[in-house]
Amino acid sequence: MQIPVEGFMYPNEVELQWSVLIVLYPFITGLVAGAFILASLERVFRVEAVKPTYRLALLTALAFMLVAPLPLQLHLGHPERSLEMYLTPHRSSAMAMFGFVYLWYLMAVLLLEIWLDYRHDIVVLSQTERGWKRLVYRVLTLGSSNVSERALRIDERLGYFITLIGIPSAFLLHGYVGFIFGSVKANPWWSSPLMPIVFIFSAMVSGISAVMLLYMFSTRLRRREIDMRCVDTIARYLLYTFIIDFSLEMLDLIHRIYEADESFRSLDFMVHTRLWMSQVIVQILLGTVAPIALLGLTQFLRFSDLARKGIYVLAGCLTMIGIFAMRWNVVIGGQLFSKSFLGYTTYKMSFATREGLLTAIALMILPFVILWVLVKLLPPWPESASLPGSGAAPAHGAS
Amino acid sequence: MEITRRRLLVLLPAAAVAWKYVLAGTPEASPNYQLTEHWWSMLIDIPKCIGCGSCVRACAEENDVPQGYYRTWIERYHVSDWRIERPEVESPDGGKNGFPPHADDGGKNFFVPKLCNHCADSPCTQVCPVGATFITPDGVVLVDKTYCLGCRYCIQACPYGCRFLNPRTNTAEKCSLCYHRITKGLTTACCEVCPTGARQLADLKNPKDPIHEFLRTHAVQVLKPHMATGAKVFYNGMDGSVR
Repeated sequence: MQIPVEGFMYPNEVELQWSVLIVLYPFITGLVAGAFILASLERVFRVEAVKPTYRLALLTALAFMLVAPLPLQLHLGHPERSLEMYLTPHRSSAMAMFGFVYLWYLMAVLLLEIWLDYRHDIVVLSQTERGWKRLVYRVLTLGSSNVSERALRIDERLGYFITLIGIPSAFLLHGYVGFIFGSVKANPWWSSPLMPIVFIFSAMVSGISAVMLLYMFSTRLRRREIDMRCVDTIARYLLYTFIIDFSLEMLDLIHRIYEADESFRSLDFMVHTRLWMSQVIVQILLGTVAPIALLGLTQFLRFSDLARKGIYVLAGCLTMIGIFAMRWNVVIGGQLFSKSFLGYTTYKMSFATREGLLTAIALMILPFVILWVLVKLLPPWPESASLPGSGAAPAHGAS
Repeated sequence: MEITRRRLLVLLPAAAVAWKYVLAGTPEASPNYQLTEHWWSMLIDIPKCIGCGSCVRACAEENDVPQGYYRTWIERYHVSDWRIERPEVESPDGGKNGFPPHADDGGKNFFVPKLCNHCADSPCTQVCPVGATFITPDGVVLVDKTYCLGCRYCIQACPYGCRFLNPRTNTAEKCSLCYHRITKGLTTACCEVCPTGARQLADLKNPKDPIHEFLRTHAVQVLKPHMATGAKVFYNGMDGSVR
């Protein structure tokens, strides 16, 4: 297959090495980190209003976390050797540490926190359910069926402690992903000390937005009323985080434009041609400025509950598209120009191949299937929390 | 010696381990080669290169390089007058079959052979998650294709575009400085066939190597020195337009 090239590329550069699957990887880990940080708002920072999303956020983080290594695995030339990263890690490699950061986050933070939070429910379910479900819950108790007042208090204290560790761990997880790109000095599009921080804030934006949307859709599916105090609070945090994220990205952009180093002319041309649609239109205008404006409006003007719900869903969807575009522009954009700064290549996405569009779509559906199973197994909505009236904003209007 | 059941149980695993090495074969003998006595590099004399492509062809044949990928290649630069920042560069099929004539518009033309710079502080070896790519004690950056995951992080990390993923082995590949030849006292395939001597293998640890005299008496550069990779391919007569 002939790949269209403009100008001069080093001959080995014409073919892109990291495909759409590597775009999914930071997108998915970002959702994990962001969802966890939203959960910690309630647990650590005592933002009571977001309580209805606490468990849903944890399960969302787990569902996406389980899928996070799959795009990498599918991308490897020798997936059967991937365990070598654990057995003989190369200590100077940022990528080698992925396995350990991932395991730490999955085993020591997410699974433990979810188990502690659900332990009481699991023990009760292991006694009330019948058939295979009973067996599943009995296994999930891990042999610990003590639900005395004292035991639950220990669970609570330990859970708090784990969330406390979990916040820097979530930062580490996604900051590390940013570092993988930001530390490649050969590539001026990636090489920036701001990259890990931009990745962390964009992760928070995408995770908060995803949980907000999931909460709204799932509540509607369950024919319950959306807790407006909860979504108003989430939307407010989303706006704050988004403003920080956008400021950081603009700082990076302004710095690059003002400094205008040897790579600038090449990168500038790329942004104005090959990345114009995905970066300027989709990422910046549609995926960042528009949701910030929408969310900002709700802070200054009074809207009905129904209108606010509409605005939040629209802003949330645009945010998800914008963050995906950001990952795309980082990963794919960083490979479209030559390191000689004299030419550009093209990314041709295949369809039904190991690294094709179909695989990417399947990988994006998979976390939702896992989440559905998790939600069935460990229902995240205590009904009292999903009912309105527990806080300030009265919830009228249709849900 | 009588083989008892107990002794057999001890011998079998040892035999299995030994058999693994029998199957793997013995390494090619280089009895007089001392790793620590060499520090390999290459000298490229740009004014001498005629862009014939012999080196690219010899490399492809010697190392079984797949079509469309290059362990070494040649670039032709065309710089018109003062436009040093915007040279016209081309490398049709890596310069394997030479270059078509260039219209004479008063600018200058020259050829720049490229290959792995065998950097002493190479970013590619730094980023490899399993250490499948490494620098040998005699200064050659190699890839262990039996160990490489094919994650391609090293390809991204190389500032010179020297690496590619071999579609046959699904592992990273690059110039090995013909390690199988130089450890036997031979020169690399590209240096061997170069008709003008534009490429010279050099041993920086050998005080008698003519490279020392050359480096002392010529203005020599490496590619992208600001990358601080400790590149060991030295270019003589390199124009400021070369990337």
